[in-house]
Amino acid sequence: MMNFGFKIAPSATINLDNVDMEKFTLLHEMEPDVYKCMACGSCSATCPAGRFTGMSVRKVILDLQRGREKEAVRMLKGCMLCGKCSMVCPRGINTRHLILSVCRIYNEDKQ
Amino acid sequence: MKENIVIIGGGIAGLEAAGQLIRLGYSPIIVEKQDHLGGHVAEWHCLFPDMTPASDVVSRLTENVSEANIFVNTEILFINHLKDSYNVMLSNGISIVTRIILFTTGFRLFDASKKEEYGYGVYDQVITNRDLEQWFSTGNDDRVNSRELNAVGFVHCVGSRDEKAGNGQCSKVCCITAVKQAIEMKQRFPEAQVYCFYMDLRMFGKKYEDFYISAQRDYGVRFIRGRVSEVSENIEGKVIVKAEDTLAGKPVKVTLDLLVLMAGIVCNPDCTKVASMIPLQMDSDGFLKSRDNIMDITGSSRSGIFYAGACTGAKTVPETLAEARSAALDIHNYITSSRI
Ligand SMILES: Cc1cc2nc3c(=O)[nH]c(=O)nc-3n(C[C@H](O)[C@H](O)[C@H](O)COP(=O)(O)OP(=O)(O)OC[C@H]3O[C@@H](n4cnc5c(N)ncnc54)[C@H](O)[C@@H]3O)c2cc1C
Ligand code: SF4
Ligand code: SF4
Ligand code: SF4
Repeated sequence: MMNFGFKIAPSATINLDNVDMEKFTLLHEMEPDVYKCMACGSCSATCPAGRFTGMSVRKVILDLQRGREKEAVRMLKGCMLCGKCSMVCPRGINTRHLILSVCRIYNEDKQ
Repeated sequence: MKENIVIIGGGIAGLEAAGQLIRLGYSPIIVEKQDHLGGHVAEWHCLFPDMTPASDVVSRLTENVSEANIFVNTEILFINHLKDSYNVMLSNGISIVTRIILFTTGFRLFDASKKEEYGYGVYDQVITNRDLEQWFSTGNDDRVNSRELNAVGFVHCVGSRDEKAGNGQCSKVCCITAVKQAIEMKQRFPEAQVYCFYMDLRMFGKKYEDFYISAQRDYGVRFIRGRVSEVSENIEGKVIVKAEDTLAGKPVKVTLDLLVLMAGIVCNPDCTKVASMIPLQMDSDGFLKSRDNIMDITGSSRSGIFYAGACTGAKTVPETLAEARSAALDIHNYITSSRI
């Protein structure tokens, strides 16, 4: 390939046609409530780790559905499983349990 | 009781008000421009929040007005102001002298082809909320290809909350209609991906939030927060929708087999025309101006002129019916108090 001395930045567009939902379908089977998230952000606001590590359950749930699994799994490393987010979720999602399931499904191939 | 009451518009508001007035002993006259009664509700398939068949609602309301004088296919040619009454001239040659006119002229659906960037009338795969309701009822619409329906999108706020489109208001019923229609699509095509592109989800009514949760939990409808910016077509004849996923902060695009535009609710030009004959004032949102938007929504600034239903702004069926009953009572009180 010709070297022009610069590269075009990859498109930031999320193409929903290409998002592989296989793992998310599996996650949904284990955690049916994951569909109920309304992106209110209560979980992230209350998370004691979020401020330091960028952990956000809301973003994890969103990223997994937008083909950004690596980002989601990276974020999960900042979670200390304290369970505060589960206490505030207005949709009653057991977010702590969800986080564990996400780790189980998405961590298999050590992303 | 020989008191003429003219009801302009035979939608659900006009029907319910007429039914109540008959029960109170009056004989109202309904003037309807179209060839059928029931207005918009007659075009819908089933109604949120309980999926009630719309035809049941219309036929129940119609049964109650069998004693009323009903003129369909009839328009108002002009209204003359007499000393303390009005002379209403109808297109069928009949003229009525009355002290009381009830406006139940309803709304007009925003013309979705005005939002050119969404491709209504340009691309075959783009339809409106009204088209989809009709397809649910009749199954006839060449634009809906049931054999190949893998991805469906709903665009909220088409011609609503959009000053450029000339309507800054929220049309109120289209969020819940989109959720309802998304569920109905999932029921028919369980394998299809169904997306709703929204700015806010306005689930204000009884059990609407349950509907929304059910769309998410039971049907897996995918909600994407962001207003659709443009729609284009690819060589396979599918539509490509672009928006910003404002929750992710990234542009998003998706290819769809069908796109449904949630056209908004605007004031009916037929209503504006008749209102100008009296004349009646319009409010800043483009709908008929009530005497008071809190205390007297069914009253106008003129004595003997009343309103009910979507002619004063977007309304649901139960809200419309409640207003129609309240207008009937207002009319009854108006008649009895002026008799003394
Ligand atoms: C896509 C969609 C789906 C909806 N689904 C639901 C639902 O599931 N549940 C719910 O609660 N609500 C629903 N609604 C809202 C519902 O349609 C309205 O509440 C209802 O139609 C209001 O009734 P109306 O009688 O005030 O007006 P309309 O239904 O607009 O009726 C007005 C009537 O007046 C006639 N008219 C107007 N001007 C004149 C004139 N100058 N002379 C003679 N006749 C005239 C018209 O021809 C029409 O028949 C929906 C709305 C939309 C857009
Ligand atoms: S469980 Fe994890 S994500 Fe939830 S509040 Fe605690 S640290 Fe944050
Ligand atoms: S608190 Fe619950 S509903 Fe709100 S964003 Fe977090 S997981 Fe979703
Ligand atoms: S009800 Fe929803 S879709 Fe309709 S105008 Fe309001 S916000 Fe938009």
